[in-house]
Amino acid sequence: MSELLQFLFSGVTVGAVYALVALGFTIIYNASDVVNFAQGEFVMLGGMITWFAHAAGLPLPLAALSAIVVTAALGVAMNKLMIEPARGAPVVSLIIITIGASIFIQGGTQLIFDKQIHSFPAFSGDAPIRVGGATILPQSLWVIGGALVVFLGLWVFFTRTLLGRAVLATSNNRLAAQLVGINTNFVMTLSFALSAGIGALAGVLATPITLVAYNVGIGFALKGFAGAMLGGMGNPKGALVGGFAIGLIEAMTAGYLSSQYKDAAAFIVILAVLFFLPHGLFGRKSTDRV
Amino acid sequence: MTREDKATLLSVDGLGIAFGGLKAVNDVSFAVKPGEIVSIIGPNGAGKTTLFNMISGIYQPSMGRVKLSGEDVTGVEPHLLARRGMSRTFQNLQIFQSMTVLENAVTGYHLSEKGPILADLLSLPGSRRRARAAEEGARKLLARVGLDRAAEREAGNLSYGSLKRLEIARALALNPKILLLDEPAAGCNAVETEEIDHLIAEVAASGVAILLVEHDMKMVMRISNHIVVLDHGEKIAEGDPATVSQNPAVIAAYLGADAEVSHADG
Repeated sequence: MSELLQFLFSGVTVGAVYALVALGFTIIYNASDVVNFAQGEFVMLGGMITWFAHAAGLPLPLAALSAIVVTAALGVAMNKLMIEPARGAPVVSLIIITIGASIFIQGGTQLIFDKQIHSFPAFSGDAPIRVGGATILPQSLWVIGGALVVFLGLWVFFTRTLLGRAVLATSNNRLAAQLVGINTNFVMTLSFALSAGIGALAGVLATPITLVAYNVGIGFALKGFAGAMLGGMGNPKGALVGGFAIGLIEAMTAGYLSSQYKDAAAFIVILAVLFFLPHGLFGRKSTDRV
Repeated sequence: MTREDKATLLSVDGLGIAFGGLKAVNDVSFAVKPGEIVSIIGPNGAGKTTLFNMISGIYQPSMGRVKLSGEDVTGVEPHLLARRGMSRTFQNLQIFQSMTVLENAVTGYHLSEKGPILADLLSLPGSRRRARAAEEGARKLLARVGLDRAAEREAGNLSYGSLKRLEIARALALNPKILLLDEPAAGCNAVETEEIDHLIAEVAASGVAILLVEHDMKMVMRISNHIVVLDHGEKIAEGDPATVSQNPAVIAAYLGADAEVSHADG
């Protein structure tokens, strides 16, 4: 029983990170139909920049904040320099551009920083908290809390604010959004900034547990993508549930089957979703009027 | 440009566009005054929708100018034109399919509903007031186009004719100075056409200029103050309905050159 609880804890922790990545996918997908495969690099950058700034002498909260701001700015730059000039190109081309961006960011990170594995201190110490025979790290609570706060924040943003509804309107019909006076270019820029910022936050929160190096982004991107697919691409609630579900499936696979198959779990989920549930758990069927 | 003077709201001057080597629209000029209904007619493929797309900033014209209230707005993006008082509908509908009818109409208030985002996030009274005003306005407009009872339905489930009217309601929510309507009566039955007919006349009477592309000739002749006729991308005639319908070039364009001969003979 305590064993199950332990797997549960570790599953929820990584699941929260995947949920944040999946939320990042969701925002950009909603605004542009593009699956941004550089999403994982934003997580990596969050960790790397925080480590660098902290090692350079900045206090941890300030280092974390600067990482989020810099990454968000890079997200905006990516949209302005890579996506916007190719606007009008088929979505598949845009997706391939994001894969290029991902490789570019990885390469740049190796050059600017290094190829070592890094970390920085956990926010509230390393003393594990004992719960019912299992233990959980205080940092795990930070990660889980972070995912929930971001989800709630996004929910309020999309349902209550005019700008949030403008993003939804843009995702629904770009031309119609322009007709009512919505600046869809700004909506795209905002989506990339938000998405990159959230990715960086995930990196900041997770690094004390998972560690960071220039090449950890792809793993996060694929797991987060699996989460977003499972939940239904484009649905924030689905991203949250899907992300946590992938984390749990992964932890259970590692615990009860073999930790060697841990990474396979996410791919099996992607395949299963595509075969049996192409719209995901919360996704809606697309109804295009002909 | 005999018709252009100080009261001109929209003036189109020598507008043209070429796709590859093909001149889809060539050197078209006309003017629209406030409260006036101007129709653009012509056979299929004459370039009517292309002309609309240039005026409303969807296409960049390769030549000519568009002026709105005296300011040059040639090639200005649609969302900026919306701010300057130009609103339009589409022949092939641009509706937020997965929103409700009411939500669609509310988006039309995007510009007037704008307030500080913090007020929205905290749901302050000002933000709620703006949202309520937008919803009330949207409901009134839906009633005006006869869609008030469908307000809560998902737009994607509505009939084509209803969506046409929803698009007009959303365009009116922007409180435009000029409204461009691309085939508002297409796909509508006789009763619906007459309703749209009345609606357009009513909107024009309130001082809004209307620029109309429509295939229903009866409707065009009934409600237009001025008609511009296009054929093969060029303006072949212009004038009030009576003049235009008697113009031999117009009859030829619609019925073929032989008809012109027999018309001339008869």
